[in-house]
Amino acid sequence: MASPASVHEFASGVLVNLKHISKTYKKGKELVPVLTDINLDIKRGDFVALMGPSGSGKTTLLNLLGGLDSPSSGELIIAGQRIDQFSSGQLTKWRAQNVGFIFQFYNLMPVLTAEKNVELPLLLTNLTSKERKAHVAAALDLVGLANRAKHYPSELSGGQEQRVAIARALVSDPNLLLCDEPTGDLDRATADEILALMQELNQEQQKTIVMVTHDPRAADHARHTLHLDKGKLIQE
Amino acid sequence: MKYLYFIFKNLTRKKVRTSLTILSIMVAFLLFGLLRSLSAAFDGGAEIAGEDRLVTIHKVSIIQPLPQSYLAKVQALPGVEKATMANWFGGYYQEQKNQFAQFPVLADDYFDIYKDLIKLPPAQLENWKKNRVGAVIGRALVDKYHWKIGDRIPLIGMFPQKNGSTTWEFVIEGVFDAKTEGADTSGMLFHYDYFDKSRQFGEGTVGWLIIKVKDPKQSAQVAAVVDALFENSFAETKTNSEKDFAKSFAKQFGDIGLITTLILGAVFFTMLLVAGNTMAQSFRERIPEFAILKTLGFSDITVMLMVLCESIVVCVFGGVLGLLLAKIIITGAAVDFAATLPGLGMSWKIMTSGLLLVILLGLITGAAPAIQGLRLNIIGALRRN
Repeated sequence: MASPASVHEFASGVLVNLKHISKTYKKGKELVPVLTDINLDIKRGDFVALMGPSGSGKTTLLNLLGGLDSPSSGELIIAGQRIDQFSSGQLTKWRAQNVGFIFQFYNLMPVLTAEKNVELPLLLTNLTSKERKAHVAAALDLVGLANRAKHYPSELSGGQEQRVAIARALVSDPNLLLCDEPTGDLDRATADEILALMQELNQEQQKTIVMVTHDPRAADHARHTLHLDKGKLIQE
Repeated sequence: MKYLYFIFKNLTRKKVRTSLTILSIMVAFLLFGLLRSLSAAFDGGAEIAGEDRLVTIHKVSIIQPLPQSYLAKVQALPGVEKATMANWFGGYYQEQKNQFAQFPVLADDYFDIYKDLIKLPPAQLENWKKNRVGAVIGRALVDKYHWKIGDRIPLIGMFPQKNGSTTWEFVIEGVFDAKTEGADTSGMLFHYDYFDKSRQFGEGTVGWLIIKVKDPKQSAQVAAVVDALFENSFAETKTNSEKDFAKSFAKQFGDIGLITTLILGAVFFTMLLVAGNTMAQSFRERIPEFAILKTLGFSDITVMLMVLCESIVVCVFGGVLGLLLAKIIITGAAVDFAATLPGLGMSWKIMTSGLLLVILLGLITGAAPAIQGLRLNIIGALRRN
């Protein structure tokens, strides 16, 4: 449900708006704070790198932005919607329409060809088989893998697999791309290619990207870098 | 439908494992088809037995004969519409393996009493009545031995004739057909008079009486009256409905139904463990993949149904193969065993119950992993990656 304030933020170009977001996990009888009082705006079309040491809460923040988890307190508004108030079922539908995920280890389905992997998110839409094929071809073309459509993940290099994963994230045209260490499993040259592709998507397709990384060189490709430490946003 | 490709591809992920699982399910349902068909063939007589017919045998055993004079006494009882008699002959044609049922009967009554099950053209019936050594055979015998009307058939019987010969000659005067599905046409009927006057011993006795009652609701009372009539005589009787008679006759070979149920129970219990373990293992190996599907927006229910569908597809594939193979084997065997096990065949009832069992097996074996899929927590599962 969009509140008047969130509509205002949405209209002003803010895609992601976090207000006093905290997240705690229960470990036995103890409550462990992972994120504390996070306030953050990310504008539409921004490319944000999220850095910080292990255990600082980067992935938890990314999970909250992607609707994979819900905050313990605070308001989480994305594209004008209070997703912190969504039920699990609503979050599932919202993810399918609004978020593309890119993982460190690509997470492709090994039994499906590149094009069938990219098609997966479209199975949740009402598109016809012909329309799905057209979208898949366009996405693979965008990542430069049109000639690898019929290849299985095991027949692709790491960089190519990550390109397929990016195509899968893009194919349903989401508002937000969330990347968890997207170059963590790649050599430097391939990592640079992937980062260049992400920059291209940000600049030419106006995709809003939030990328978790340990690598300062990867963060250099972003427009902004945020640092998290012990669950708190410390500087930009 | 659009998920079917994905489900199919997942099944081909470990081809050897999937093939072995399908093979084991196929064998289980092959056994199901064979044993159920066998059991049904043994029970077949009881299934089609008439409600209005009673069978009277010697109280001790069916192999003990009854005096032929009992027939007239039974015919005179109130509640009895008609009664006739028959005897076991136990002959074979040329070689012992060519055994089939032959009964000396009374031509005047037999087809009338069994008119709901078998039919003989009236002209052939008349010809048969006129020929003392005449016999009528069922359609299944024609199919097996290619005999035709007018053929002279020598049978070697267990009853020696007065001249010492155990070879009995018959002339085929007619062919009877089934009027009801499952009715036995694998036997031969010939004149009791010819049999009784020619045999070396046992003259004047019969194997059993067949009684048609006026009112099926009075069957139990008529049976009691018949047995009371011969109580304390040298040949006391036991009268049952034809259905009970057929059942107890089949049970001479053991309780086939119980035996097959026990065997199939053991097979399916093992199958549940084997297939269930395979499905669970297959699910465990792909937990991160299911987490990715949920991340992409696949709902909990969709993931659960996909897991369940995989299980059902494997079971249906193996089960249908097994049932079809059983159908082929039974159809082939039915020709060879037409004489010894008439009614052997795999009915649609068995096929349908097999298919339902296949789906049930799929649901049960897939239930545990499907529920795990439903409850799968994305973050926890991705951490395992």
